[in-house]
Amino acid sequence: MNLDAIDGGAELADAPVPGVLAPALDIVVTSVSSDSHTWNLVYLQLVLEEMGHRVTNLGACVPDETIVESCRTGRPDLVVISTVNGHGRHDGLRVIRTLRDCPEFAALPVVIGGKLDTVGGAGGQSAAELRAAGFDGVFQDAGAITEFRSFVAALPVAGLTTGWEPRALVGAGEAMAGA
Amino acid sequence: MEGDLVGRSFGDVVRRRAATHGLVVQPRMGFADPARMRAGLVATRGARAATAGTITLDSYTRVGDHESVRLALRRGDDLNGFPIVGHGPDATAAMIDGVAGPDFPIQVRHGSPDPRHIVAALLASGLDATEGGPVSYCLPYSRTPLRDAVDNWARTCEALAGARTPEREPHLETFGGCMMGQLCPPALLVALSVLEGLFFWQHGVRDISFSYAQQTNAAQDEEAVAALHRLAGELLPQARSHVVVYTYMGVFPRTEQGALRLLGDSARLAVRTGARRLIVKTTAEAFRIPTVAENVTALEYAARVAADEFRAEAPLVGETGLHEQAKSIVDAVLELSDDVGAALVAAFARGCLDVPYCLHPDNAGRTRGYVDGSGRLRWKRIGGLPIRETAEVISGRPMSAAELIDALSYVELKYDAGALTPARRPALIEKTTVKERVS
Repeated sequence: MNLDAIDGGAELADAPVPGVLAPALDIVVTSVSSDSHTWNLVYLQLVLEEMGHRVTNLGACVPDETIVESCRTGRPDLVVISTVNGHGRHDGLRVIRTLRDCPEFAALPVVIGGKLDTVGGAGGQSAAELRAAGFDGVFQDAGAITEFRSFVAALPVAGLTTGWEPRALVGAGEAMAGA
Repeated sequence: MEGDLVGRSFGDVVRRRAATHGLVVQPRMGFADPARMRAGLVATRGARAATAGTITLDSYTRVGDHESVRLALRRGDDLNGFPIVGHGPDATAAMIDGVAGPDFPIQVRHGSPDPRHIVAALLASGLDATEGGPVSYCLPYSRTPLRDAVDNWARTCEALAGARTPEREPHLETFGGCMMGQLCPPALLVALSVLEGLFFWQHGVRDISFSYAQQTNAAQDEEAVAALHRLAGELLPQARSHVVVYTYMGVFPRTEQGALRLLGDSARLAVRTGARRLIVKTTAEAFRIPTVAENVTALEYAARVAADEFRAEAPLVGETGLHEQAKSIVDAVLELSDDVGAALVAAFARGCLDVPYCLHPDNAGRTRGYVDGSGRLRWKRIGGLPIRETAEVISGRPMSAAELIDALSYVELKYDAGALTPARRPALIEKTTVKERVS
């Protein structure tokens, strides 16, 4: 039985940080339906795992319904959408509207980053539009990864959405369970 | 193995042109508009080099969304490639009429885990060559279950084989030697390329090219292509075949000098190892999709470098055990089933095949590659790969996010370092962009 086939991908960090009682978040990292690039997703998974968080990486060409389904079943604390094919504004708006239309995801933190349009930011218009549609963070251009780390570090660990189970502090052993 | 020297099919023409003119060079190129597509092919044919033409398809056609193609064509919207299904056989046949010929073979490139409609369309248009494979066009770019891709590709191969006539020998190229573009150790690339070739053969294809993409170290690449030749020759001696080398497919140098040096090294690799064909990249690679003129420049540059290089005389097999590793993997997979497709599915399910950094749900994800101090691609973790006897594994410290970026940028930095024009340090997110996924 391939456990990785169930959760959509293996842990990429080779070992957890030993002995750290990290305030771990459950984070979904995903692309959008039209984007087949994955190195950006691999990189973000490593960044987040190094920060002590647990990542479910949905990979390339993820249909909107798979993202919604993953949120329903995995109840993540954060959804990170990364796309670099230039269609991110278009695809991102569609995904965030779909998610925000679900009452249970009205307050779920969702961010997007990468190369989001074909004109390199369009003078900030894409970012404003994406924020207005419901994204909690839009990360592009140089320095984006630093801003992104700060954003994640500032997230509260538990009780982000009404009715969610607070996340207990987990140790290294538990973080590796199931891997 | 070299086939006859009079045929007009893709494989025959490549082998004949390579025998008389040296390396055959080929671009990536695709336009929605038939007139522009034709002009691109004409320019490729007119380049001062032995060339093969490329028709790269658009991404809607790749994923089977032909309705979006119809809408775009009706509205006059641009597409990022030639929609061969949407245009239909008559329009495609007219587009290539008088361009394709006995000295100019054309290959259709797509990237689809389900190319059945694409292959039906290209055969009906009078074309007979394409590329891909059940693993290489499924795992890196889609969420299609591997089992489905295997079935789709079996039907695809049978359609190609069914089009065979005394004058027409359909050709299929494995893309397995290019998996993920970078950071996949060469032994696994070689094994996958050979396994996809065996799959093609089992489903009736008789003229096959085996791919290998230039990686991070020239000596290692030479050993890999030598291993590919040897394994293909041992396992499919009856096939009409050739080896095709791809210029580096990862993060590309940003300077013109760096990009040309990398392209030149791939041409030398191809000639030294006896490859017959080279898929080039251009100096625009780091920034955007190249123009036709930039492609012609790259084709002519690669051909000039190739003309000055000679095939290596000393056998390159066995220097670091790469052939043994690749053979171990191929043998272990073939033991799982007499049906190569079933063997591939079983091998991935148990981690006997496992591509580093590939996020597809059917990939176990327990292997890791890295670039060592001498620039060779090595194993950091081999997971369940059957190479415990032959692989030298450096384990221990995990790959960090920063080290991943360094490894992905290794070639770019190495080739830009010697350039006269300073390389602009790119934004992080741009560095993760791999331009053309069909590439």
